[in-house]
Amino acid sequence: MDNRRIDEIINKYDGKPNSVIMVLMDIQHENKWLPREVLEKVSNKLGVPLSEVLHIATFYKTFSLKPQGRHEVHVCTGTSCHQRGSAKILEKVQDLIGIKPGETTPDLRFSLEKGSCLGCCTLGPEIVVDGMHHSNITPDDVEAILKNYK
Amino acid sequence: MARINSAAQLEKVRKDIVLKKDPNKPCIAICGGIGCLGGREDLIRAFEKEIKKQKLEGKVDVRVTGCHGFCAQGPNIVIYPEEICYTKVKPEDAQQIISETVVGKTIVDRLVYIDPNTGEKAVHQSEIPFYKKQVRNILGMNPKIDPKSIDDYLAIGGYSSLAKALLEMKPQEVLEEVKKANLRGRGGGGFPAGLKWETARNAPAELKYVICNGHEGEPGAYMDRAIFQGNPHLIIEGLIIGGYAIGAKQGFIYTRHDMPRLRENIDIALEAAREHGFIGNDILGSGFDFDIEVHLDVGIFVSGEASALMRSIEGKAPEPRPKYTRTAVKGIWERPSNLNNVETWANVPQIIGKGADWYLGIGSEGSKGTKMISLSGNIVNSGVVEVPFGTSLKEIVYDIGGGIPNGKKLKAIHFGAAMGGSLPAELIDTPLDFDVMSKLGAAIGAGGLFVMDEDTSMVEMNRFFLEFLADESCGKCVPCREGIRQMLRILTRMSMGKGKEGDIEALEELCEVGSLASLCALGKTTSSPIYSSLRYFRNEYEASIEDKGCTV
Ligand SMILES: Cc1cc2nc3c(=O)[nH]c(=O)nc-3n(C[C@H](O)[C@H](O)[C@H](O)COP(=O)(O)O)c2cc1C
Ligand code: FES
Repeated sequence: MDNRRIDEIINKYDGKPNSVIMVLMDIQHENKWLPREVLEKVSNKLGVPLSEVLHIATFYKTFSLKPQGRHEVHVCTGTSCHQRGSAKILEKVQDLIGIKPGETTPDLRFSLEKGSCLGCCTLGPEIVVDGMHHSNITPDDVEAILKNYK
Repeated sequence: MARINSAAQLEKVRKDIVLKKDPNKPCIAICGGIGCLGGREDLIRAFEKEIKKQKLEGKVDVRVTGCHGFCAQGPNIVIYPEEICYTKVKPEDAQQIISETVVGKTIVDRLVYIDPNTGEKAVHQSEIPFYKKQVRNILGMNPKIDPKSIDDYLAIGGYSSLAKALLEMKPQEVLEEVKKANLRGRGGGGFPAGLKWETARNAPAELKYVICNGHEGEPGAYMDRAIFQGNPHLIIEGLIIGGYAIGAKQGFIYTRHDMPRLRENIDIALEAAREHGFIGNDILGSGFDFDIEVHLDVGIFVSGEASALMRSIEGKAPEPRPKYTRTAVKGIWERPSNLNNVETWANVPQIIGKGADWYLGIGSEGSKGTKMISLSGNIVNSGVVEVPFGTSLKEIVYDIGGGIPNGKKLKAIHFGAAMGGSLPAELIDTPLDFDVMSKLGAAIGAGGLFVMDEDTSMVEMNRFFLEFLADESCGKCVPCREGIRQMLRILTRMSMGKGKEGDIEALEELCEVGSLASLCALGKTTSSPIYSSLRYFRNEYEASIEDKGCTV
């Protein structure tokens, strides 16, 4: 991510120290992960100690400190999806792409997350790929869904 | 749009909007809720394309709305002015719907919901059993408005309660009205909102804040986003009224980061409210100034807890603080900060508009008004429901929820997810009521009602809740961090049928320590589901020891 873009994001929030979460979120959103140099830059620019920036970046679940795959696969494991069989869906996804939640495939094609309730209990069990919900699925549906994401 | 400076101007603007609208002009209201569209736009595009193709541009409106409620039958659409409901609509259906229903005024039978009990067709919401028993004072607005259009909200009387509060009432009178209505917090505790407001109002400080908690992190709860995404102005109006009553000039909205449409609707609504002068300086010519800033959660459950949320707004990591001082006295930047849930704020405009006496006529003895419930789990009609307090759980699960799928029997009804509790099927006649349900050990929580059928193992379910909490504990205090881990170990063992003598007693002891010594409500209430299931389903715990195998 280039420096100019980072500056733009920081300036959007007037460089206020309490904007660190919002700044990191915008960067995460665009870049999909937070490289060390970027965190250092945010720390310098906002005048917030690096330790505090790291505290936030590691505390919150949406921030990643490692490069992410091109496609984000999210398996909902909330209560209702669990009740309707999400464990088997997750297993199938793991089998197919060969990684566990929190990991990224070596070819950077997929990152996998499991997550508690996405608020779509009526759709469960479901997987969400790049924000697109694939609902009421069985483990047998998973392969065909993932095939569409190169 | 020029800003509105008085009640008279507001009324004139409203009348003009209504006059300009032709009540007979057909409108296709497509539910844009995530449950219906799942993040896709193809259904909306299909209708737009078809309108063009049939040369009806300008003659038929398409309105993308918030959740209608009946998510299980989605995608849902309602066709105005006849208010014809179609369920499970696909993009391919657009052509037929427009030519036969919108133009031809006939019903497309195959898209009509059929009451599974009577086999009868239900063409209107009022005929669909799911909607029939509800009182949709709040949610009922959703199909009628485009959340991106302030005009739609103004047309149904939006911001008139704000005008009434600011121009006809003193802040103290607004506070008294909310107190009299006995509005109780919908975010989990059922704490009287009026009392909290009063504490914040009386706290000696120049700067005060009001905050809307739209974090909604409780698994299985999705009613806040349904109303926030579908009707953002309603929440904004409530928040401004609260700011006025309390003496706060700054409001914050704390909401979900992972729902782009929700965020978009809130941003658009705030901008429109600002342009119209409902936010900013000298609102409606009253001399009252108020502004609102949006903050986003970043994906952890505990950031919905009051003190953690306030730390997050300060830009710090959202770790909870012990409750020696109340946030209503010392919250954001140590200033009085009044936090209420989305649904709590959603109730404020109607209380001011229609008066506390009207409000007191709805609900049960100690719980007034309606409650939004999200139905999930083993239930036929999952979706968002709004009923008056006092409605029996039986009516919610069977009459509205359509009962348990696949011919199974009901085993338990669970409220409040990992911090709530379960009631056995025998207690199905219990009324939905803050106090009655807490006494039974299943506090309403935020309003996620999770239904379990006879195949569910209560031991396994509680293991699952603990797994969630182990992941979500912030790790700051020992009773919560370590206690949950130990309980999880025991329950994991038990759920595999390998429980040991003394496990139940150890669980009870860990529950007790956790509930007494944890820093925040997360650790304190970890024990709730376990307590309630030990109370009603103790035999299942015992069976996972003696039989060396879960009974279910
Ligand atoms: C771990 C935890 C998570 C919470 N999450 C939420 C939430 O997502 N939304 C909410 O309104 N309240 C949540 N609460 C309750 C808040 O602390 C607070 O009581 C509530 O927002 C006050 O609003 P009310 O009085 O209108 O209910 C949570 C509490 C705890 C302990
Ligand atoms: S999302 Fe459409 S009815 Fe709930």
